[in-house]
Amino acid sequence: MDALFFTDEHTMLVNMVRDFADNEITPIAAELDEVESFPRALVNQMAELGLMGIPIPEELGGAGMDTVAYAAAVMELGCADASVAITMAAHTSLGTSPIVIAGTDKQKKKFVPPLASGEMIGAFGLTEPEAGSDAGATKTRAVKKGNEYVVNGGKIFITNAGEAGILNLTSRIIDDGEDLGIGAFIVPTNTRGLKLGPKEKKMGWRASDTRQIFFEDMVIPAENMLGTPGKGFKTFLETLTGGRISVAALSVGTALGAYERALKYATERKAFGMEIHEFQAVGNKLADMATEIEAAKLLTFHAAWMKDQGKNIIKEAAMAKLFASEMAMKTTTEAIQILGGYGYVKEYDVERYFRDAKILEIGEGTSEIQRLIISKNIIKTVKGL
Amino acid sequence: MKIAVLVKQVPGAESPLPIHSNQKWVDEDAVAYVMNESDNYALEEALQIKEANSEGEVVVISLGPDRIQKVIREALAKGADRAIHIQIDTVGAIDPLATASHFADALKEENFDLIFSGLQSDDFGMAQTGVIIGEMLGMATASLVMAIETGGGKIKVKRELEAGWFQWVSLSLPASLTIQSGLNTPRYPSLKGIMGAKKKEIKVVTPNPVEANQSLEKIYVPHSDKQTVMIEGSVDQMVEKLIHTFRNDIKVL
Ligand SMILES: Cc1cc2nc3c(=O)[nH]c(=O)nc-3n(C[C@H](O)[C@H](O)[C@H](O)COP(=O)(O)OP(=O)(O)OC[C@H]3O[C@@H](n4cnc5c(N)ncnc54)[C@H](O)[C@@H]3O)c2cc1C
Repeated sequence: MDALFFTDEHTMLVNMVRDFADNEITPIAAELDEVESFPRALVNQMAELGLMGIPIPEELGGAGMDTVAYAAAVMELGCADASVAITMAAHTSLGTSPIVIAGTDKQKKKFVPPLASGEMIGAFGLTEPEAGSDAGATKTRAVKKGNEYVVNGGKIFITNAGEAGILNLTSRIIDDGEDLGIGAFIVPTNTRGLKLGPKEKKMGWRASDTRQIFFEDMVIPAENMLGTPGKGFKTFLETLTGGRISVAALSVGTALGAYERALKYATERKAFGMEIHEFQAVGNKLADMATEIEAAKLLTFHAAWMKDQGKNIIKEAAMAKLFASEMAMKTTTEAIQILGGYGYVKEYDVERYFRDAKILEIGEGTSEIQRLIISKNIIKTVKGL
Repeated sequence: MKIAVLVKQVPGAESPLPIHSNQKWVDEDAVAYVMNESDNYALEEALQIKEANSEGEVVVISLGPDRIQKVIREALAKGADRAIHIQIDTVGAIDPLATASHFADALKEENFDLIFSGLQSDDFGMAQTGVIIGEMLGMATASLVMAIETGGGKIKVKRELEAGWFQWVSLSLPASLTIQSGLNTPRYPSLKGIMGAKKKEIKVVTPNPVEANQSLEKIYVPHSDKQTVMIEGSVDQMVEKLIHTFRNDIKVL
């Protein structure tokens, strides 16, 4: 299948990331998870290799590669450590890409190069305590005062929050008493009035930094507004499909990591005088895992490829994200089953993948929301809308 | 400093190695190829020397069929400036003298200051190519190099000897060195390097035929029998029987 989507450069990238992951990430992944430690040194190494700006144009300091390359890299990183992968993915598709897509030339020149080089980490704050799936319920308010906005409110569950130099946040925009709808700002995280909550203690993605953020009379210059508020902004959010492709790719990687361990174990473990893969019940599990991983990989690379062709991929990205994340949950569950009791203890490193899988069905839009998006899109075709 | 680095594409340590039905070599279609381990260190050493002197050129050179362009590109992505591909079918080619003469032909016009090769290839493990090339081109030669110091038109190298012993030797330039794994930390190719590699030159040359004095007759997986022989008697008798078995039956003494 690789031959369908990969150029020589993609193959070289994948080989490099796999080598890097095998040598630098895998040996410390269990420990990073255990102590919930942010992988700062790895991020610096990844920055040097160009991995923190894969799909960002060269003239803005990125590697200028395509979405297929980006998805392939997330997949390989995810196969070793989901926390490292989501750190890179959230930084790229949520922290950096929105500025590339919606920023003015001035904003791009100012904010993108340090993000694309990985010198600075990016984050995206959309979710609020009372506005998750229902992003329209955003309560954060930015009130215009002269050439500035005063922001009050807060965000929750923000990936990279404690490590980021730049935060893209969404807020209601109030101008002259009028609510213009939801818009966004690019905010350096050292802005006064921006306060961080403590690191969330999580079931998975434990080395990734997730926090609540508070805005108390935070003043930002009007020129930091990203895009235009209101209806146009909703369209903009919909086109942020990179995040869904990231999670789809990360799901494939997470499933692969667990599957590879289960496959190896099934050829080593003996019961009733046989290697356990010789029991059909185990062999069938492995067959299903391999088949579903392949299917998810195809959906993911196809969506990435379509994005690179400049096509609308709202439906395809949702399908890839939905199928791949649910496949990852199932595959990691079955991987534990194949290892039996050894799967349940930390030493065998399969339960880490299981814990890392659950969030994939929640973040970047829950499975329920993906189904909503897909059904809306397919009904549209019948109704001729 | 103008440095040539020999890189070879070899089957990876974890690659499947099914034997081809003609029993002349493995089935190449099923093999996952990688850059020979010690060549990777040789390349890194060359790149570091170039970077430390902030001038010079690193040229990678490889011998084999089209598939080897994969390791050539990898070397270019890591930072080599250009490449020479000696186009030849290498199935069953195991004569180091023939291999070395192809390299020597391709290298002699270029007047390299240094020629680096890996200590040995992970497939055949001859450990001769770099040494023979040095001899053919009349260069100073050192094998098993663990460290290199350059300066003043000479180089000093640390060679690995037996049993944890080392030796520092001075060589005049030009020199051919075979590099031992572990003397540096090979880099990963950066995305910039990967994207830039396709713009770099790979010169493809067809070698003059050379008669090989050594060739592969047949490869096979050794047959193993499960036979248990109990040796009994006094300690002296058992030792004597054991030595007899080692010498005459298994022929390992
Ligand atoms: C580790 C982690 C990292 C995160 N990183 C970020 C980040 O970087 N930036 C960011 O902005 N957010 C981030 N999030 C937030 C994440 O995107 C939200 O948690 C997610 O969108 C769901 O929102 P919610 O938690 O408020 O759940 P709710 O929206 O309250 O949903 C609760 C349940 O109701 C269901 N539901 C809601 N609406 C509907 C509907 N219309 N139809 C059917 N079912 C529905 C949901 O599917 C879910 O099962 C992160 C979350 C986690 C846990």
